[in-house]
Parts: sequence; C-alpha cells; structure tokens
Amino acid sequence: MNQTAFITAAYAVALLGTAGLLAWAYLTMRSAERAVAELKRDR
Amino acid sequence: MHRFANPARFLGFARPATVWTFVAGLLLTAIGLFGGLTMTPPDYLQGQTVRIMYVHVPSAWLGMAGWAGIAVASVSQLVWRHPLAVVAGRAIAPAGATYAAVCLLTGSIWGRPTWGTWWEWDGRLTSMLILFFLYLGYIALASAERERGGEGRLAALFGVLGAINLPIIHYSVLWWRTLHQPQSIGLSGSSIDSSILWPLPIAALGFTLLFVAAVLMRMRAELAQTKIEARMRRQAGG
Repeated sequence: MNQTAFITAAYAVALLGTAGLLAWAYLTMRSAERAVAELKRDR
Repeated sequence: MHRFANPARFLGFARPATVWTFVAGLLLTAIGLFGGLTMTPPDYLQGQTVRIMYVHVPSAWLGMAGWAGIAVASVSQLVWRHPLAVVAGRAIAPAGATYAAVCLLTGSIWGRPTWGTWWEWDGRLTSMLILFFLYLGYIALASAERERGGEGRLAALFGVLGAINLPIIHYSVLWWRTLHQPQSIGLSGSSIDSSILWPLPIAALGFTLLFVAAVLMRMRAELAQTKIEARMRRQAGG
C-alpha cells in the first residue's frame, strides 16, 4: 500500500479542518463586529 | 480570571491576543509539521505513516482539552455566574468538535495501514466518537437556549456532566486492551525515540495557539452578537 497517500490524506484533513475553523471564526467575528460598529454610527 | 469578567476589559486583551496567537500558532504549526514530514526518520515498524502522529495527537489533545475548557466555563457559570463563562463555552464547542472530528478521521486514516482496518469498536475510538457526539449535543443545546433567551444553564450542566467522558477516554487504553496502543507519552517520559518525538510538542503548541485564536474570535463574535441583540430589544421596547 502507498503510505504517502495516507499521510497526504491525514494532513489534508487536519489542515483543511483547521483552516475552515479559522476562516469561519474570522468571518463571523468580522461580520458581527461590523454590525456593532454600524449600530454605533446610526445612534 | 475575574479580572476579565468585564467584557470591555476582556476585549481590550482579546483583540491583540487574537493576532499574536494566530501568527505564533501558524509559525509553530508550520515548523512542527515541516520537521515531522522532512527531518525525522521513519518508524522501524510503521514506516512513513508514523508522520500522521504530528496531526493526530494534537487534534486528540485539543478535542479533549476543548471539553475540559467547556467544563471549567460551565462550573464558572453555574457557581460564580461569571459573565464571560457562557460566551466561552459557546465559543469553545465548535473548535473542540472540529478537532474531535479531525482526530477521528486522521486516526481512521492512520489505522488502515497500521491495523488493517478503518474503524474498530475499540474503547479509545468509541469514547472519542462519544466525545464528538457530546460536542454536537452541547452546540444544539446552547443554540436552543440562546434562541429562547435563556441563560444557558442546561448547556452548562451538560458541559459538567459530559466531562465524565474525559477520564474514560484517557484510561480506555488501560481498561479495555483491544486495538489502540497504550499511552506513549506521559508526565514521566515517553516511549517514542527523541529523533521522532521532537516535532510533536512544537506542532501541538502551534495547533493549540490556533485553537485559542479561533476561540477568541468566536468569543468576540458572541459578544458583538449579544450587543446587537440587546440594542434590538431596547429598540423594540421603546
């Protein structure tokens, strides 16, 4: 069996999972903080 | 801990901490994984697949540490009514669930060439799968309580009770000696040769800092969302 394929798959899962989590956390944070800033401006 | 009970004070700390933990995490993860992939020898039994350890072990540690964090936040919420505890619990859960899932998937990928199977109902594997389902249950419960406008006490209670699974995961390899090997790294030392081991703590610290960065971003999003909801309630009321 080709061991490289298993290593590549495991690293892809870990890196994509981490990147996906960070991207989602960043986008939700940015959108919520922007909404708060807009509310402050409209006050 | 109570110094950061004030959300404004917490945000003053969280904003720069998000950037620093993210940058340091990225750097350490890259160094750890590069070292693990290119600068360590293959294992005499497993061959090259031992390199999966550098992503599997940190994700297992973060999956468990995440729930320990939820349990601490839940106790703080239930006992001391710490205003940030409910926010912290909600922020940790998706990150912990992600790493529990990564641990299960990378373990399965590692298991195929090592054990000859993708999955076995072994004590460690099963208790880790239960942890992943506990995360899903916590996320669903916390979301439902938030939508109802509740204080999140039921989710906090679930967070404390779910911590029972942590020692089960830890000792599963001793209680049920089936497929997963016993613990290789402990407080007293490691059975892994140092030539293979050295990138692991670097990668683990890197992934941990990225986990912290994700949690801080989620906490900031939760706090901003709370402000928006409070403002909308005030507008609706008067």
